[in-house]
Amino acid sequence: MPNAESGFFAWVWFFVQTYGPMFLRGAGTTLLIALTGTLAGFLIGLGVGVVRTIPCRREDGALRWALLRAVRGILAVYIEVFRSTPMIVQAMVIYYGCAQLFGLNLPQLLAGFAIVSINTGAYLSEIMRGGIQSVDPGQREAAAAIGLTHGQTMRSVVLPQAIRNTLPALGNEFVVNIKDTSVLNVISVSELFFVSKSAAGTYFKYFEVFFITSVIYFVMTFACTRLLRLLEKKMDGPENYTIHGSQTVPEGELKLKGGDAR
Amino acid sequence: MSESAQTILSVRHLSKSFGDHRVLRDVDFDVRAGEVVCIIGASGSGKSTLLRCMNRLETPDGGAVEYRGETVGAPGFDLARYRTRVGMVFQQFNLFANMNVLQNCVVGQMKALHRSRAESEQNAMRFLERVGMKAFIHAKPRQLSGGQKQRVAIARALAMDPEVLLFDEPTSALDPEMVGEVLDVMRRLAASGLTMLVVTHEMAFARDVSDRVVFMDEGVIVEQGAPEQLFTHPAQPRTREFLRRVL
Ligand SMILES: Nc1ncnc2c1ncn2[C@@H]1O[C@H](COP(=O)(O)OP(=O)(O)OP(=O)(O)O)[C@@H](O)[C@H]1O
Ligand SMILES: [Mg+2]
Repeated sequence: MPNAESGFFAWVWFFVQTYGPMFLRGAGTTLLIALTGTLAGFLIGLGVGVVRTIPCRREDGALRWALLRAVRGILAVYIEVFRSTPMIVQAMVIYYGCAQLFGLNLPQLLAGFAIVSINTGAYLSEIMRGGIQSVDPGQREAAAAIGLTHGQTMRSVVLPQAIRNTLPALGNEFVVNIKDTSVLNVISVSELFFVSKSAAGTYFKYFEVFFITSVIYFVMTFACTRLLRLLEKKMDGPENYTIHGSQTVPEGELKLKGGDAR
Repeated sequence: MSESAQTILSVRHLSKSFGDHRVLRDVDFDVRAGEVVCIIGASGSGKSTLLRCMNRLETPDGGAVEYRGETVGAPGFDLARYRTRVGMVFQQFNLFANMNVLQNCVVGQMKALHRSRAESEQNAMRFLERVGMKAFIHAKPRQLSGGQKQRVAIARALAMDPEVLLFDEPTSALDPEMVGEVLDVMRRLAASGLTMLVVTHEMAFARDVSDRVVFMDEGVIVEQGAPEQLFTHPAQPRTREFLRRVL
Protein backbone atom coordinates (compact mmCIF):
# COMPACT_ATOMS: atom_id res chain seq x y z
CA MET A 1 0.00 0.00 0.00
CA PRO A 2 1.32 3.48 -0.86
CA ASN A 3 2.07 5.82 2.04
CA ALA A 4 1.73 9.55 2.64
CA GLU A 5 4.82 10.32 0.51
CA SER A 6 3.63 8.25 -2.47
CA GLY A 7 2.78 10.14 -5.65
CA PHE A 8 -0.50 10.55 -7.48
CA PHE A 9 0.05 7.68 -9.90
CA ALA A 10 1.11 5.27 -7.17
CA TRP A 11 -2.23 5.83 -5.49
CA VAL A 12 -4.13 5.59 -8.75
CA TRP A 13 -2.43 2.28 -9.46
CA PHE A 14 -3.23 1.08 -5.97
CA PHE A 15 -6.92 1.85 -6.39
CA VAL A 16 -7.07 0.26 -9.82
CA GLN A 17 -5.52 -2.92 -8.42
CA THR A 18 -7.49 -3.23 -5.21
CA TYR A 19 -10.78 -1.66 -6.22
CA GLY A 20 -10.79 -2.57 -9.93
CA PRO A 21 -13.55 -5.17 -9.73
CA MET A 22 -15.64 -2.87 -7.54
CA PHE A 23 -15.29 -0.02 -10.02
CA LEU A 24 -16.31 -2.36 -12.81
CA ARG A 25 -19.33 -3.59 -10.90
CA GLY A 26 -20.28 0.03 -10.19
CA ALA A 27 -19.87 0.89 -13.86
CA GLY A 28 -21.95 -2.16 -14.75
CA THR A 29 -24.74 -1.01 -12.45
CA THR A 30 -24.54 2.47 -13.95
CA LEU A 31 -24.85 1.08 -17.48
CA LEU A 32 -27.62 -1.29 -16.48
CA ILE A 33 -29.75 1.42 -14.88
CA ALA A 34 -29.04 3.89 -17.67
CA LEU A 35 -29.91 1.39 -20.38
CA THR A 36 -33.02 -0.15 -18.86
CA GLY A 37 -34.15 3.25 -17.59
CA THR A 38 -33.75 4.82 -21.02
CA LEU A 39 -35.59 1.95 -22.72
CA ALA A 40 -38.43 2.05 -20.21
CA GLY A 41 -38.47 5.83 -20.50
CA PHE A 42 -38.68 5.46 -24.27
CA LEU A 43 -41.72 3.18 -23.95
CA ILE A 44 -43.34 5.64 -21.55
CA GLY A 45 -42.53 8.51 -23.89
CA LEU A 46 -43.86 6.62 -26.90
CA GLY A 47 -47.11 5.78 -25.11
CA VAL A 48 -47.59 9.32 -23.88
CA GLY A 49 -46.71 10.73 -27.29
CA VAL A 50 -49.25 8.46 -28.99
CA VAL A 51 -52.01 9.34 -26.52
CA ARG A 52 -51.30 13.03 -26.91
CA THR A 53 -51.60 12.86 -30.70
CA ILE A 54 -54.84 10.86 -30.93
CA PRO A 55 -57.24 12.98 -32.99
CA CYS A 56 -59.76 14.26 -30.50
CA ARG A 57 -62.90 16.00 -31.69
CA ARG A 58 -65.96 16.52 -29.61
CA GLU A 59 -68.20 15.47 -32.51
CA ASP A 60 -66.75 11.95 -32.36
CA GLY A 61 -68.32 11.28 -28.97
CA ALA A 62 -68.48 13.39 -25.83
CA LEU A 63 -67.45 10.62 -23.42
CA ARG A 64 -64.37 9.65 -25.40
CA TRP A 65 -63.50 13.31 -25.75
CA ALA A 66 -63.81 13.99 -22.02
CA LEU A 67 -61.80 10.90 -21.11
CA LEU A 68 -59.04 11.76 -23.52
CA ARG A 69 -58.91 15.33 -22.27
CA ALA A 70 -58.63 14.13 -18.66
CA VAL A 71 -55.86 11.66 -19.45
CA ARG A 72 -54.00 14.33 -21.38
CA GLY A 73 -54.28 16.72 -18.48
CA ILE A 74 -52.73 14.18 -16.14
CA LEU A 75 -49.95 13.45 -18.60
CA ALA A 76 -49.21 17.14 -19.02
CA VAL A 77 -48.85 17.49 -15.24
CA TYR A 78 -46.53 14.48 -15.12
CA ILE A 79 -44.30 15.91 -17.85
CA GLU A 80 -44.17 19.38 -16.31
CA VAL A 81 -43.42 18.17 -12.79
CA PHE A 82 -40.65 15.80 -13.78
CA ARG A 83 -39.03 18.22 -16.15
CA SER A 84 -39.09 21.06 -13.66
CA THR A 85 -37.46 19.32 -10.70
CA PRO A 86 -33.95 17.84 -10.41
CA MET A 87 -33.67 14.06 -10.61
CA ILE A 88 -31.71 14.06 -7.35
CA VAL A 89 -34.75 15.52 -5.59
CA GLN A 90 -37.12 13.15 -7.40
CA ALA A 91 -34.98 10.26 -6.15
CA MET A 92 -35.30 11.40 -2.55
CA VAL A 93 -39.03 12.05 -2.76
CA ILE A 94 -39.88 8.79 -4.51
CA TYR A 95 -37.58 6.58 -2.44
CA TYR A 96 -38.42 7.98 0.97
CA GLY A 97 -42.00 8.75 -0.03
CA CYS A 98 -42.61 5.12 -0.91
CA ALA A 99 -41.13 4.05 2.41
CA GLN A 100 -43.12 6.51 4.51
CA LEU A 101 -46.47 6.56 2.71
CA PHE A 102 -46.78 2.94 1.66
CA GLY A 103 -44.29 1.26 3.99
CA LEU A 104 -42.57 0.12 0.80
CA ASN A 105 -38.84 -0.47 1.09
CA LEU A 106 -37.83 -0.63 -2.55
CA PRO A 107 -34.59 -2.43 -3.31
CA GLN A 108 -32.11 0.31 -4.30
CA LEU A 109 -31.55 -1.02 -7.79
CA LEU A 110 -35.27 -1.18 -8.53
CA ALA A 111 -35.80 2.29 -7.08
CA GLY A 112 -32.98 3.64 -9.24
CA PHE A 113 -34.45 2.01 -12.33
CA ALA A 114 -37.91 3.40 -11.58
CA ILE A 115 -36.66 6.93 -10.99
CA VAL A 116 -34.57 7.04 -14.17
CA SER A 117 -37.45 5.57 -16.20
CA ILE A 118 -40.03 8.04 -14.97
CA ASN A 119 -37.68 10.98 -15.35
CA THR A 120 -36.55 9.96 -18.84
CA GLY A 121 -40.15 9.22 -19.82
CA ALA A 122 -41.10 12.82 -19.07
CA TYR A 123 -38.38 14.19 -21.34
CA LEU A 124 -38.97 11.66 -24.11
CA SER A 125 -42.74 12.24 -24.05
CA GLU A 126 -42.21 15.71 -25.41
CA ILE A 127 -39.61 14.50 -27.87
CA MET A 128 -41.83 11.68 -29.13
CA ARG A 129 -44.78 14.00 -29.55
CA GLY A 130 -42.59 16.33 -31.58
CA GLY A 131 -41.31 13.36 -33.59
CA ILE A 132 -44.84 12.19 -34.35
CA GLN A 133 -46.00 15.65 -35.32
CA SER A 134 -42.99 16.26 -37.52
CA VAL A 135 -43.80 13.34 -39.82
CA ASP A 136 -45.03 14.84 -43.11
CA PRO A 137 -48.86 15.14 -42.93
CA GLY A 138 -48.92 13.77 -46.48
CA GLN A 139 -47.85 10.39 -45.08
CA ARG A 140 -50.94 10.22 -42.90
CA GLU A 141 -53.20 11.42 -45.69
CA ALA A 142 -51.85 8.79 -48.06
CA ALA A 143 -52.43 6.12 -45.42
CA ALA A 144 -55.97 7.36 -44.78
CA ALA A 145 -56.60 7.47 -48.52
CA ILE A 146 -55.96 3.72 -48.90
CA GLY A 147 -58.29 2.97 -46.01
CA LEU A 148 -55.93 2.54 -43.07
CA THR A 149 -57.38 3.46 -39.68
CA HIS A 150 -55.64 5.90 -37.32
CA GLY A 151 -54.14 3.02 -35.34
CA GLN A 152 -52.90 1.22 -38.44
CA THR A 153 -51.48 4.44 -39.81
CA MET A 154 -49.62 5.09 -36.58
CA ARG A 155 -48.18 1.59 -36.35
CA SER A 156 -47.21 1.09 -39.97
CA VAL A 157 -46.35 4.55 -41.21
CA VAL A 158 -46.02 7.30 -38.61
CA LEU A 159 -44.32 5.66 -35.63
CA PRO A 160 -41.53 3.95 -37.58
CA GLN A 161 -40.61 7.34 -39.05
CA ALA A 162 -41.10 9.20 -35.78
CA ILE A 163 -38.89 6.72 -33.92
CA ARG A 164 -36.24 6.94 -36.60
CA ASN A 165 -36.32 10.72 -36.34
CA THR A 166 -36.08 10.72 -32.55
CA LEU A 167 -33.32 8.11 -32.38
CA PRO A 168 -30.56 10.73 -32.00
CA ALA A 169 -32.45 12.28 -29.09
CA LEU A 170 -32.95 8.85 -27.58
CA GLY A 171 -29.24 8.09 -27.81
CA ASN A 172 -28.50 11.45 -26.29
CA GLU A 173 -30.84 10.71 -23.41
CA PHE A 174 -29.03 7.40 -22.82
CA VAL A 175 -25.67 9.14 -22.64
CA VAL A 176 -27.09 11.79 -20.31
CA ASN A 177 -28.46 8.99 -18.13
CA ILE A 178 -25.07 7.29 -17.88
CA LYS A 179 -23.85 10.49 -16.28
CA ASP A 180 -26.97 11.38 -14.33
CA THR A 181 -27.42 8.02 -12.63
CA SER A 182 -24.63 9.32 -10.37
CA VAL A 183 -27.29 11.24 -8.44
CA LEU A 184 -28.74 7.91 -7.32
CA ASN A 185 -25.92 7.70 -4.79
CA VAL A 186 -28.17 9.74 -2.49
CA ILE A 187 -30.36 6.69 -2.09
CA SER A 188 -27.33 4.38 -1.89
CA VAL A 189 -27.64 2.68 -5.27
CA SER A 190 -24.24 1.08 -5.70
CA GLU A 191 -23.52 2.64 -9.08
CA LEU A 192 -20.14 4.01 -10.09
CA PHE A 193 -20.30 7.28 -8.16
CA PHE A 194 -21.45 5.61 -4.96
CA VAL A 195 -18.70 2.99 -5.20
CA SER A 196 -16.10 5.68 -5.85
CA LYS A 197 -17.24 7.75 -2.91
CA SER A 198 -16.88 4.77 -0.55
CA ALA A 199 -13.43 3.89 -1.86
CA ALA A 200 -12.21 7.48 -1.69
CA GLY A 201 -13.63 8.01 1.79
CA THR A 202 -11.77 5.03 3.17
CA TYR A 203 -8.37 6.55 2.30
CA PHE A 204 -9.27 10.23 2.01
CA LYS A 205 -7.94 10.13 -1.57
CA TYR A 206 -10.73 11.91 -3.47
CA PHE A 207 -8.71 13.28 -6.36
CA GLU A 208 -7.07 9.96 -7.24
CA VAL A 209 -10.25 7.94 -7.04
CA PHE A 210 -12.42 10.40 -8.92
CA PHE A 211 -9.76 10.71 -11.58
CA ILE A 212 -10.26 7.00 -12.25
CA THR A 213 -14.03 7.47 -12.03
CA SER A 214 -14.04 10.23 -14.62
CA VAL A 215 -11.98 8.09 -17.00
CA ILE A 216 -14.52 5.29 -16.68
CA TYR A 217 -17.46 7.65 -17.25
CA PHE A 218 -15.72 9.11 -20.26
CA VAL A 219 -15.01 5.74 -21.82
CA MET A 220 -18.61 4.65 -21.30
CA THR A 221 -20.23 7.75 -22.76
CA PHE A 222 -17.75 8.03 -25.62
CA ALA A 223 -18.16 4.38 -26.61
CA CYS A 224 -21.94 4.62 -26.40
CA THR A 225 -22.06 7.76 -28.49
CA ARG A 226 -20.03 6.08 -31.24
CA LEU A 227 -22.03 2.88 -31.07
CA LEU A 228 -25.30 4.77 -31.37
CA ARG A 229 -24.07 6.65 -34.41
CA LEU A 230 -23.21 3.35 -36.07
CA LEU A 231 -26.64 2.00 -35.22
CA GLU A 232 -28.31 5.03 -36.79
CA LYS A 233 -26.37 4.52 -39.99
CA LYS A 234 -27.43 0.92 -40.06
CA MET A 235 -31.10 1.75 -39.53
CA ASP A 236 -31.12 3.95 -42.61
CA GLY A 237 -30.48 0.83 -44.65
CA PRO A 238 -28.04 0.49 -47.48
CA GLU A 239 -27.72 3.39 -49.88
CA ASN A 240 -27.71 0.83 -52.69
CA TYR A 241 -30.65 -1.17 -53.83
CA THR A 242 -31.08 -4.19 -56.00
CA ILE A 243 -32.85 -4.02 -59.32
CA HIS A 244 -35.11 -7.03 -59.44
CA GLY A 245 -34.72 -8.75 -62.81
CA SER A 246 -33.22 -6.31 -65.25
CA GLN A 247 -34.87 -5.92 -68.64
CA THR A 248 -32.18 -7.74 -70.54
CA VAL A 249 -31.57 -10.46 -67.97
CA PRO A 250 -34.86 -11.12 -66.19
CA GLU A 251 -33.22 -13.27 -63.55
CA GLY A 252 -30.33 -10.90 -63.07
CA GLU A 253 -29.96 -8.54 -60.19
CA LEU A 254 -28.39 -5.18 -60.69
CA LYS A 255 -26.89 -3.10 -57.90
CA LEU A 256 -27.60 0.59 -58.20
CA LYS A 257 -26.23 3.48 -56.25
CA GLY A 258 -29.28 5.02 -54.60
CA GLY A 259 -28.07 8.59 -54.27
CA ASP A 260 -27.90 9.00 -58.05
CA ALA A 261 -31.60 8.89 -58.71
CA ARG A 262 -33.35 12.21 -58.31
CA MET B 1 -70.04 7.34 -72.47
CA SER B 2 -73.51 5.86 -72.35
CA GLU B 3 -76.05 7.96 -70.47
CA SER B 4 -77.29 4.93 -68.60
CA ALA B 5 -73.99 4.19 -66.83
CA GLN B 6 -74.34 4.03 -63.08
CA THR B 7 -73.53 7.05 -60.99
CA ILE B 8 -70.76 6.16 -58.54
CA LEU B 9 -70.09 9.48 -56.87
CA SER B 10 -72.39 12.46 -56.57
CA VAL B 11 -71.33 15.75 -55.13
CA ARG B 12 -74.42 17.55 -53.81
CA HIS B 13 -74.37 21.28 -53.09
CA LEU B 14 -70.96 20.99 -51.49
CA SER B 15 -69.53 24.01 -49.69
CA LYS B 16 -66.39 24.50 -47.68
CA SER B 17 -64.79 27.51 -46.04
CA PHE B 18 -61.44 28.06 -44.40
CA GLY B 19 -62.16 30.84 -41.93
CA ASP B 20 -63.87 33.61 -43.90
CA HIS B 21 -62.61 32.25 -47.17
CA ARG B 22 -65.36 30.37 -49.04
CA VAL B 23 -63.31 27.91 -51.05
CA LEU B 24 -66.20 25.80 -52.42
CA ARG B 25 -69.70 27.13 -53.07
CA ASP B 26 -72.58 24.87 -53.92
CA VAL B 27 -70.54 22.48 -56.06
CA ASP B 28 -72.74 19.88 -57.68
CA PHE B 29 -71.79 17.14 -60.13
CA ASP B 30 -71.71 13.38 -60.70
CA VAL B 31 -69.14 10.82 -61.70
CA ARG B 32 -70.48 7.81 -63.58
CA ALA B 33 -68.91 4.38 -63.94
CA GLY B 34 -66.15 4.28 -66.55
CA GLU B 35 -66.01 8.03 -66.96
CA VAL B 36 -62.82 10.07 -67.06
CA VAL B 37 -63.56 13.54 -65.75
CA CYS B 38 -60.93 16.27 -65.72
CA ILE B 39 -61.22 19.31 -63.48
CA ILE B 40 -59.44 22.40 -64.71
CA GLY B 41 -59.20 25.88 -63.28
CA ALA B 42 -56.85 28.52 -62.01
CA SER B 43 -54.69 28.06 -58.94
CA GLY B 44 -56.70 28.59 -55.79
CA SER B 45 -60.05 27.86 -57.41
CA GLY B 46 -60.73 25.01 -54.98
CA LYS B 47 -59.92 21.94 -57.08
CA SER B 48 -57.77 20.21 -54.47
CA THR B 49 -60.22 21.08 -51.73
CA LEU B 50 -63.02 19.49 -53.76
CA LEU B 51 -61.05 16.26 -54.18
CA ARG B 52 -60.06 16.24 -50.53
CA CYS B 53 -63.68 16.69 -49.49
CA MET B 54 -64.64 13.81 -51.74
CA ASN B 55 -62.45 11.30 -49.91
CA ARG B 56 -62.98 13.05 -46.61
CA LEU B 57 -59.50 14.37 -45.95
CA GLU B 58 -61.46 17.58 -45.39
CA THR B 59 -64.88 17.79 -43.80
CA PRO B 60 -67.33 19.82 -45.91
CA ASP B 61 -69.31 22.59 -44.23
CA GLY B 62 -72.43 22.00 -46.24
CA GLY B 63 -73.87 19.64 -48.80
CA ALA B 64 -72.76 16.05 -49.17
CA VAL B 65 -70.83 13.52 -51.18
CA GLU B 66 -72.75 10.38 -52.01
CA TYR B 67 -71.15 7.09 -52.92
CA ARG B 68 -73.63 4.76 -54.64
CA GLY B 69 -76.45 6.53 -52.85
CA GLU B 70 -74.85 6.44 -49.40
CA THR B 71 -73.87 9.71 -47.78
CA VAL B 72 -70.13 9.79 -47.08
CA GLY B 73 -69.47 10.56 -43.43
CA ALA B 74 -73.01 9.86 -42.24
CA PRO B 75 -73.30 8.05 -38.89
CA GLY B 76 -72.44 4.40 -39.42
CA PHE B 77 -70.74 5.04 -42.76
CA ASP B 78 -67.63 2.87 -43.10
CA LEU B 79 -65.09 5.50 -44.10
CA ALA B 80 -62.09 3.16 -44.25
CA ARG B 81 -63.90 0.82 -46.60
CA TYR B 82 -65.09 3.72 -48.74
CA ARG B 83 -61.51 4.89 -49.10
CA THR B 84 -60.45 1.48 -50.34
CA ARG B 85 -63.08 1.92 -53.07
CA VAL B 86 -62.19 5.52 -53.94
CA GLY B 87 -58.41 5.88 -54.15
CA MET B 88 -56.32 9.01 -54.36
CA VAL B 89 -53.08 9.99 -56.04
CA PHE B 90 -51.38 13.08 -54.65
CA GLN B 91 -49.35 15.82 -56.25
CA GLN B 92 -46.53 15.15 -53.76
CA PHE B 93 -46.70 11.33 -54.26
CA ASN B 94 -46.70 10.70 -50.49
CA LEU B 95 -45.10 7.29 -50.75
CA PHE B 96 -44.51 5.81 -47.30
CA ALA B 97 -40.92 6.83 -46.64
CA ASN B 98 -40.22 3.93 -44.27
CA MET B 99 -41.19 1.26 -46.78
CA ASN B 100 -39.77 0.04 -50.06
CA VAL B 101 -41.75 0.09 -53.30
CA LEU B 102 -43.30 -3.34 -52.82
CA GLN B 103 -44.24 -2.71 -49.17
CA ASN B 104 -45.89 0.55 -50.23
CA CYS B 105 -48.18 -1.41 -52.52
CA VAL B 106 -48.81 -4.24 -50.08
CA VAL B 107 -49.57 -2.58 -46.74
CA GLY B 108 -53.03 -1.28 -47.67
CA GLN B 109 -54.14 -4.58 -49.15
CA MET B 110 -53.11 -6.50 -46.06
CA LYS B 111 -54.37 -4.07 -43.42
CA ALA B 112 -57.48 -2.60 -45.01
CA LEU B 113 -58.56 -5.45 -47.28
CA HIS B 114 -57.21 -8.28 -45.10
CA ARG B 115 -55.58 -10.04 -48.01
CA SER B 116 -52.78 -12.51 -47.38
CA ARG B 117 -49.21 -11.38 -47.93
CA ALA B 118 -48.77 -13.70 -50.89
CA GLU B 119 -51.92 -12.48 -52.60
CA SER B 120 -51.07 -8.84 -51.86
CA GLU B 121 -47.57 -9.17 -53.24
CA GLN B 122 -48.75 -10.94 -56.34
CA ASN B 123 -51.34 -8.25 -56.93
CA ALA B 124 -48.83 -5.48 -56.23
CA MET B 125 -46.38 -6.97 -58.72
CA ARG B 126 -49.08 -7.02 -61.38
CA PHE B 127 -49.72 -3.29 -61.02
CA LEU B 128 -46.08 -2.38 -60.59
CA GLU B 129 -45.48 -4.13 -63.88
CA ARG B 130 -48.28 -2.14 -65.49
CA VAL B 131 -46.64 1.14 -64.46
CA GLY B 132 -43.18 -0.11 -65.42
CA MET B 133 -41.82 -0.19 -61.87
CA LYS B 134 -41.56 -3.92 -61.29
CA ALA B 135 -37.76 -3.77 -61.36
CA PHE B 136 -37.68 -1.36 -58.45
CA ILE B 137 -39.56 -3.27 -55.78
CA HIS B 138 -36.65 -3.11 -53.33
CA ALA B 139 -35.96 0.60 -53.76
CA LYS B 140 -36.87 3.12 -51.08
CA PRO B 141 -38.90 6.15 -52.21
CA ARG B 142 -35.99 8.54 -51.66
CA GLN B 143 -33.99 6.55 -54.22
CA LEU B 144 -36.53 7.18 -56.99
CA SER B 145 -37.10 10.04 -59.38
CA GLY B 146 -40.34 12.02 -59.21
CA GLY B 147 -41.85 10.26 -62.17
CA GLN B 148 -40.97 6.86 -60.72
CA LYS B 149 -42.46 7.81 -57.37
CA GLN B 150 -45.70 8.88 -58.96
CA ARG B 151 -45.94 5.67 -60.96
CA VAL B 152 -45.46 3.67 -57.76
CA ALA B 153 -48.11 5.83 -56.07
CA ILE B 154 -50.51 4.98 -58.90
CA ALA B 155 -49.70 1.28 -58.54
CA ARG B 156 -50.28 1.55 -54.79
CA ALA B 157 -53.72 3.04 -55.40
CA LEU B 158 -54.56 0.48 -58.11
CA ALA B 159 -53.52 -2.45 -55.94
CA MET B 160 -56.56 -1.76 -53.75
CA ASP B 161 -58.76 -2.51 -56.79
CA PRO B 162 -60.67 0.76 -56.40
CA GLU B 163 -63.76 1.72 -58.33
CA VAL B 164 -62.64 5.30 -58.77
CA LEU B 165 -59.27 7.01 -58.62
CA LEU B 166 -58.97 10.69 -57.74
CA PHE B 167 -55.82 12.38 -59.08
CA ASP B 168 -54.77 15.75 -57.66
CA GLU B 169 -52.38 17.33 -60.15
CA PRO B 170 -50.34 14.13 -60.45
CA THR B 171 -47.74 15.72 -62.73
CA SER B 172 -47.42 19.21 -61.25
CA ALA B 173 -44.49 18.37 -58.98
CA LEU B 174 -42.54 16.66 -61.74
CA ASP B 175 -39.65 17.83 -63.85
CA PRO B 176 -40.89 18.38 -67.43
CA GLU B 177 -39.10 15.33 -68.82
CA MET B 178 -40.95 13.06 -66.38
CA VAL B 179 -44.46 14.32 -67.04
CA GLY B 180 -44.83 12.13 -70.12
CA GLU B 181 -44.17 8.81 -68.40
CA VAL B 182 -46.87 9.49 -65.80
CA LEU B 183 -49.40 10.77 -68.33
CA ASP B 184 -48.76 7.65 -70.42
CA VAL B 185 -49.67 5.45 -67.49
CA MET B 186 -52.81 7.51 -66.89
CA ARG B 187 -53.81 7.31 -70.56
CA ARG B 188 -53.57 3.55 -70.44
CA LEU B 189 -55.64 3.45 -67.26
CA ALA B 190 -58.30 5.60 -68.89
CA ALA B 191 -58.35 3.31 -71.91
CA SER B 192 -58.73 0.28 -69.65
CA GLY B 193 -62.05 1.65 -68.41
CA LEU B 194 -61.06 2.84 -64.94
CA THR B 195 -63.24 5.62 -63.55
CA MET B 196 -61.02 8.63 -63.01
CA LEU B 197 -61.43 12.14 -61.66
CA VAL B 198 -58.35 14.14 -62.53
CA VAL B 199 -57.41 17.64 -61.44
CA THR B 200 -54.85 18.76 -63.97
CA HIS B 201 -53.11 21.65 -65.63
CA GLU B 202 -52.25 19.42 -68.61
CA MET B 203 -54.76 20.73 -71.11
CA ALA B 204 -53.74 18.30 -73.84
CA PHE B 205 -54.45 15.41 -71.50
CA ALA B 206 -57.82 16.87 -70.52
CA ARG B 207 -58.76 17.39 -74.16
CA ASP B 208 -57.60 14.01 -75.48
CA VAL B 209 -58.38 11.63 -72.66
CA SER B 210 -61.40 12.87 -70.74
CA ASP B 211 -65.05 12.20 -71.41
CA ARG B 212 -66.01 15.39 -69.62
CA VAL B 213 -64.19 18.52 -68.51
CA VAL B 214 -65.25 20.56 -65.51
CA PHE B 215 -64.06 24.15 -65.29
CA MET B 216 -63.90 25.65 -61.80
CA ASP B 217 -63.34 29.23 -60.79
CA GLU B 218 -63.48 30.76 -57.32
CA GLY B 219 -65.09 27.71 -55.78
CA VAL B 220 -67.90 27.21 -58.28
CA ILE B 221 -68.32 25.01 -61.33
CA VAL B 222 -68.58 27.56 -64.10
CA GLU B 223 -69.09 25.16 -66.94
CA GLN B 224 -68.78 21.50 -67.79
CA GLY B 225 -69.10 19.47 -70.92
CA ALA B 226 -67.46 17.25 -73.50
CA PRO B 227 -63.84 18.30 -74.07
CA GLU B 228 -64.20 19.27 -77.72
CA GLN B 229 -67.18 21.43 -76.84
CA LEU B 230 -65.63 23.08 -73.78
CA PHE B 231 -62.26 23.68 -75.38
CA THR B 232 -63.50 24.89 -78.75
CA HIS B 233 -66.85 26.52 -77.92
CA PRO B 234 -66.78 27.54 -74.27
CA ALA B 235 -70.11 29.05 -73.32
CA GLN B 236 -68.97 31.21 -70.41
CA PRO B 237 -66.76 34.30 -70.64
CA ARG B 238 -64.75 33.13 -67.59
CA THR B 239 -63.99 29.83 -69.31
CA ARG B 240 -62.91 31.63 -72.47
CA GLU B 241 -60.70 33.93 -70.41
CA PHE B 242 -59.06 31.00 -68.60
CA LEU B 243 -58.49 28.99 -71.77
CA ARG B 244 -57.02 31.99 -73.53
CA ARG B 245 -54.44 32.24 -70.76
CA VAL B 246 -53.44 28.58 -70.58
CA LEU B 247 -53.66 27.38 -74.18
N1 LIG C 1 -56.06 23.97 -44.97
C1 LIG C 1 -56.31 25.20 -45.46
N2 LIG C 1 -56.43 26.25 -44.65
C2 LIG C 1 -56.69 27.49 -45.14
N3 LIG C 1 -56.86 27.76 -46.44
C3 LIG C 1 -56.75 26.75 -47.31
C4 LIG C 1 -56.47 25.42 -46.87
N4 LIG C 1 -56.43 24.62 -47.96
C5 LIG C 1 -56.67 25.42 -49.01
N5 LIG C 1 -56.87 26.70 -48.63
C6 LIG C 1 -57.19 27.81 -49.52
O1 LIG C 1 -58.28 27.46 -50.30
C7 LIG C 1 -58.14 27.94 -51.62
C8 LIG C 1 -58.33 26.83 -52.61
O2 LIG C 1 -57.27 25.92 -52.45
P1 LIG C 1 -57.10 24.64 -53.34
O3 LIG C 1 -55.84 24.00 -52.92
O4 LIG C 1 -58.33 23.82 -53.28
O5 LIG C 1 -56.95 25.25 -54.79
P2 LIG C 1 -56.52 24.55 -56.14
O6 LIG C 1 -57.57 24.85 -57.12
O7 LIG C 1 -56.22 23.12 -55.88
O8 LIG C 1 -55.21 25.32 -56.53
P3 LIG C 1 -53.84 24.76 -57.17
O9 LIG C 1 -54.08 24.69 -58.64
O10 LIG C 1 -52.84 25.80 -56.82
O11 LIG C 1 -53.55 23.44 -56.56
C9 LIG C 1 -56.79 28.61 -51.70
O12 LIG C 1 -56.96 30.00 -51.63
C10 LIG C 1 -56.07 28.12 -50.49
O13 LIG C 1 -55.21 29.10 -49.99
MG1 LIG D 1 -54.47 21.95 -55.86
